[in-house]
Formats: sequence, C-alpha cells, structure tokens
Amino acid sequence: MSVLLIAEHNNKEIRPFTLNAITAASQIDQDLHVLVIGKEINAVSKSISEVPNVKKVIQVDNAIYENFLAENYTPVIIKLSENYSHIVCSANTFGKNLMPRVAALLDTSQVSDIIKVISQDTFLRPIYAGNAFATVKSNDKKKCITIRPTSFDPAPTTGGSAEIVNSESSEATTLTKFIKREEVKSDRPELGTARIVISGGRGMQSGENFKLITAIADKLNAAIGASRAAVDAGYITNDHQVGQTGKVVVPDLYIAVGISGAIQHLAGMKESKIIVAINKDGEAPIFSVADYGLEADLFEALPQFLEELNKLNTIQK
Amino acid sequence: MKILVAVKRVIDYNVQVRVKEDGTGVVTENVKMSTNPPDDNAVEEAVKIKEAGKANEIVAVTVGEDKAQETVRKALAVGVDRGIHVKVDGIIEPLAVSKILQKIVDKEKPDLVFMGKQAIDDDCNQTGQMLAAHLNWPQATFASKVEVKDKLLEVTREVDEGLETIEVNIPAIVTCDLRLNEPRYASLPNIMKAKKKPLEQINAADLGIDTKQRIEQIKVEEPPKRKAGIKVSSVAELVQKLKNEAKVI
Ligand SMILES: Cc1cc2nc3c(=O)[nH]c(=O)nc-3n(C[C@H](O)[C@H](O)[C@H](O)COP(=O)(O)OP(=O)(O)OC[C@H]3O[C@@H](n4cnc5c(N)ncnc54)[C@H](O)[C@@H]3O)c2cc1C
Ligand SMILES: Nc1ncnc2c1ncn2[C@@H]1O[C@H](COP(=O)(O)O)[C@@H](O)[C@H]1O
Repeated sequence: MSVLLIAEHNNKEIRPFTLNAITAASQIDQDLHVLVIGKEINAVSKSISEVPNVKKVIQVDNAIYENFLAENYTPVIIKLSENYSHIVCSANTFGKNLMPRVAALLDTSQVSDIIKVISQDTFLRPIYAGNAFATVKSNDKKKCITIRPTSFDPAPTTGGSAEIVNSESSEATTLTKFIKREEVKSDRPELGTARIVISGGRGMQSGENFKLITAIADKLNAAIGASRAAVDAGYITNDHQVGQTGKVVVPDLYIAVGISGAIQHLAGMKESKIIVAINKDGEAPIFSVADYGLEADLFEALPQFLEELNKLNTIQK
Repeated sequence: MKILVAVKRVIDYNVQVRVKEDGTGVVTENVKMSTNPPDDNAVEEAVKIKEAGKANEIVAVTVGEDKAQETVRKALAVGVDRGIHVKVDGIIEPLAVSKILQKIVDKEKPDLVFMGKQAIDDDCNQTGQMLAAHLNWPQATFASKVEVKDKLLEVTREVDEGLETIEVNIPAIVTCDLRLNEPRYASLPNIMKAKKKPLEQINAADLGIDTKQRIEQIKVEEPPKRKAGIKVSSVAELVQKLKNEAKVI
C-alpha cells in the first residue's frame, strides 16, 4: 500500500517542513502521494510535483479550504484514506491540530512526533519532554503518524515530475468559522529551519532589551527564539517560543541568553549541533548541555559579542 | 450551561524523569505526581466562566488508576462541582481515553469540554481533537484566550505563525495552552470542603470501551547524552572558538 502525506502550505507556497515530512514519509514507503487541500493551489501542487520522492499529487481546490480548518480537511482525507496504509503529516501546530481528528474517525491510535522510521510499523519518538526515547510499534491496520520535521532532512525540490490529479471537495463545516490570523512577518530566517538561533529568556528583563539579541541576530543572519518565561512576560510573541510546548529547533548553532535551562526548554533545543549558554549563574542547568558556556552578565556580554562579531568579516550568510 | 473538564494525573513537571534499567518505561515509584499542567488551566477557565455567571455546573473527569482521583479532588477544591473517576489500570492511549470521554459526554451532556492541549508524559497532543471527531463537534485547540458569546465561543489559538482567531458553535471542545490564564491555588477550607463533594466512580469496562493498547511499547531508553562542554573565560574566547573550533560562524 501507499503513504498519503498531507501538505502544509499557505495557498501560495509549501511550508518548508512539508519537505522534511516528505523525506520521512518516503522512508516509510516509496509509493508516496501528497495531498494538497486549499484555495487556488495550483502553484503549490506544481512545486510538490517536482519533488523527486513524490509519486503523485492529489489536489483538492476549493475556497472553503482557504484557512486549513481541521473540520473541513478531515472528511476529504477520510474519503481518500481507503487507498493508503499510512497517513502522515508534520508534527507542528497544523499537523497536531489535524491528524488526531482523522485518526479517531479511522479508529487508529496515532503515533505522534516520530524522530526515526525503524520499519513500516515501528518508530522512535521522544516522551517526557525528550527525557526518554520510546520505540513503539503500531498494530493498527491503518497508521496515522506525525513527523518531527527537524529530525529529517528536507527533500530536494527539483527533478521530479509527478502527475497531479484533482479530487473532490467535501461539504463545508458550519461548526467553525475562521476569523483572522495575526502572522508575525519578518525578514529573518524561520525559527524552525534557521542555521543559527539566538534565544532570550527571563534574564533579558524586558522586551526593549531584546534589541541586544536582535542586533546579533542581524549580524549572524539568525532566527530569534525565546523561553516560555520570556513569552509569558510579554517580552516577545508566542511564535518565538522554543521547547516542549513551543517549537523544536535543531540549528548548527543555538545561543541561549539569560535562560536557565529547564527541561521543558531543553526539549526544544537539546539536539542543536553547537550550544552556547550565556548566563550569570554558574550553576544554571543550561551549562550542562552547552558546548561553550560563558558565565557573565548578559548586559555586558551581548554588546561585547556584537563588537567581536563586527571584527570578523567572514560571517557566512 | 454545563462544562466538563478532563484532568490527567502525570509525573510532576519538576521531577527529573529517569528511565528504568530494564527498558520497560520510566521510574514512577516514589515519584511526585500532579495534575497535567495545562489541565489546571482548563479547570481555571471553567471556574472563571461559572463565576462570570455563564455556567451553572462544572464536572471534572479523570481516566486512570485509583490515585488519579487526586486530580479530581484538586479540581473540586478550586470550584468544580462534582467529579467522575473512570477506573482503568495500566497504560491507556489517547484514542481509548477519547472514547471513554465520549461516553461521559453522552451521559452528562455538557455544552463545553475543556482539556489540556498536551499531556506532559506521553506528549501526544491528541485526546481533545479525537473527542471532537467522535462527537462531530468543533475543536478549538491550543487556546490562549476564550470568550463566551451567546451560542458560540471566540477562541484565540497559538499557532506556529503567531495567533489565529476562530469562532466555534457550542457545543465545542477547547484544548488549553498554559497562557490561557493563571490557575488559582486551593485554600485549606476549600480543600476540606472538596472532600465532601460528590465523586462518582465508573469502571471503563462497564462503559463498553476496549482499552487494550494498540501501540506496543517495545523499548524505552535514555536519549543520547551530549558530550561535556567547556566554560570559556571571555566573549573574545567564545567568538574565537565558534569560528575556529566549531566553525559555525
Ligand atoms: C507544562 C510545561 C511546559 C513548558 N513548556 C516550555 C517551553 O516550551 N519552553 C520553555 O522555554 N519553557 C517551558 N516551560 C517553562 C519552564 O519550566 C521554565 O519555567 C522556563 O523555561 C524558564 O524560562 P527562563 O529560563 O527564561 O527563566 P528562568 O528560569 O527564570 O531563568 C532566567 C535565567 O536568566 C539568568 N539571568 C538573569 N539575569 C541575567 C543577566 N543579567 N545576565 C545573564 N544571565 C541572567 C538567571 O541566572 C537564570 O538562569 C514549561 C513549563 C511547563 C510546566
Ligand atoms: N487519562 C486521562 N484522563 C483525563 N483526561 C485525559 C487523560 N488523558 C488525556 N486527557 C486529556 O487530554 C489532554 C491531552 O492529552 P494527550 O492527548 O495525551 O496529550 C490532557 O491535557 C487531558 O485534558
């Protein structure tokens, strides 16, 4: 049987994590079909058809799908599910919201947030905020799986030419109405896919002080992250939160500033290649995961850091 | 209006979880247990709605072993009116929990169900959406703001891109983020009073729900450890290491 991947997109472009999910899905089974549900999505379908691992693109194009409501997506997926052994999507807020609604109607016990495909029915997933890894085997006939995108490389985007077929839409829901989306626009790299992330915590003391972080992020072409405490305190918006109940990031370089290193925060960044911690408390748990720890007052260290970076003229973009 | 709140008993979030040596799970003996943190927010929101005069009864339900009753008692101590404990021993998956909760909804006929967005033990983030599917109700997940308006709810959701606002018809399922509100503490007199509030016990088997695991846990192991790092003595040394040793800038 085949795998059906639900694409995440914004009606214009695929969201980058769809490519990581494609890699994971094609490790489950080579016969990978991608379902694109949205409004005026020809460009999205076309770009997915060019991903070499994709065998077929199924497109369901209707204005009712403009805002990706799970209540609207679910009947479409259920109708198509008959032909597939696995239904997969990314374990971000899109997939987390959608997949369990599908799984319940298929009477399937969903496997959430896998970080490794061991075989067609066996997967590795973190539990307890990443303090343990569980190897789990799904015994359901049809499997519903969400994929932690940062654990898989993005699939190449050119060279393929999968066929694109249209499929029928279902009736629109009357239960839920989309009102608005407040998207935080920025020219910075996306937090989930950035090569360098610099995050601030409660130690920053104010939103205003985050400008110290922003200056370094500009210099390093880095994304900006935050601890839950910094978001709760209103220093920065929720889309920056890294951790168990925020985003998972795996950059080449993660710089934690004024963050103590609670396990819920570590859950979102512990797999980063190189971790730097700047904290004035030498006993802070963040130092136990840091490759390079600097015990210092951030209000002195950050300006110096920027100065040192300015001296280098070889920053890779 | 009547509100149902689902609360789960989990290892306390402050506990450093340890994996059992035989690979069968994590150590739970003599470990502090608490209510799953966002479930406290679910309880708080229900109580606030009742205090605002928009609800007249709140029922808390938990599914699990006998000790799970503690979570219901805690909810009763902060303003929930009555409790239900559905008894199941051993591991229970979100799919089975959602089917049990569906039976409770059929019986209690609430207008709203408040739940946590994610249990911090299994990190599944499934149960609320599954319950909404079984009932064919709308789902407002990852809620950081809820406003009750006549026959509908306006909910602000935390999503990867920022914030999203939706309106859902009542009856509805809401899954709560920690930022939804500030859960209150129970006062001693209220803890005493809570002991007298009704707490009904039901066996999962009597509800006709098969709670057998569909997912086999083959092995639980410790994640790979990071190699020990070093402390640097100055910002200049840090930048030099990042450039010449780690080669990341
Ligand atoms: C269910 C649950 C889920 C959670 N999910 C998340 C999550 O997804 N992400 C997350 O981050 N947290 C999460 N948390 C919260 C987590 O437990 C911690 O409370 C939080 O991470 C602490 O943030 P912090 O490190 O910024 O603040 P604190 O723990 O207060 O640490 C601040 C640090 O800044 C340092 N500092 C202060 N001033 C200076 C200075 N001038 N110079 C240098 N250093 C300084 C201090 O030494 C301290 O180490 C969750 C909690 C729960 C219960
Ligand atoms: N055994 C349970 N008893 C009561 N509520 C539960 C149980 N399991 C999950 N829930 C509810 O479902 C939410 C999400 O859990 P999960 O899908 O396991 O991440 C929790 O925050 C609870 O509100």
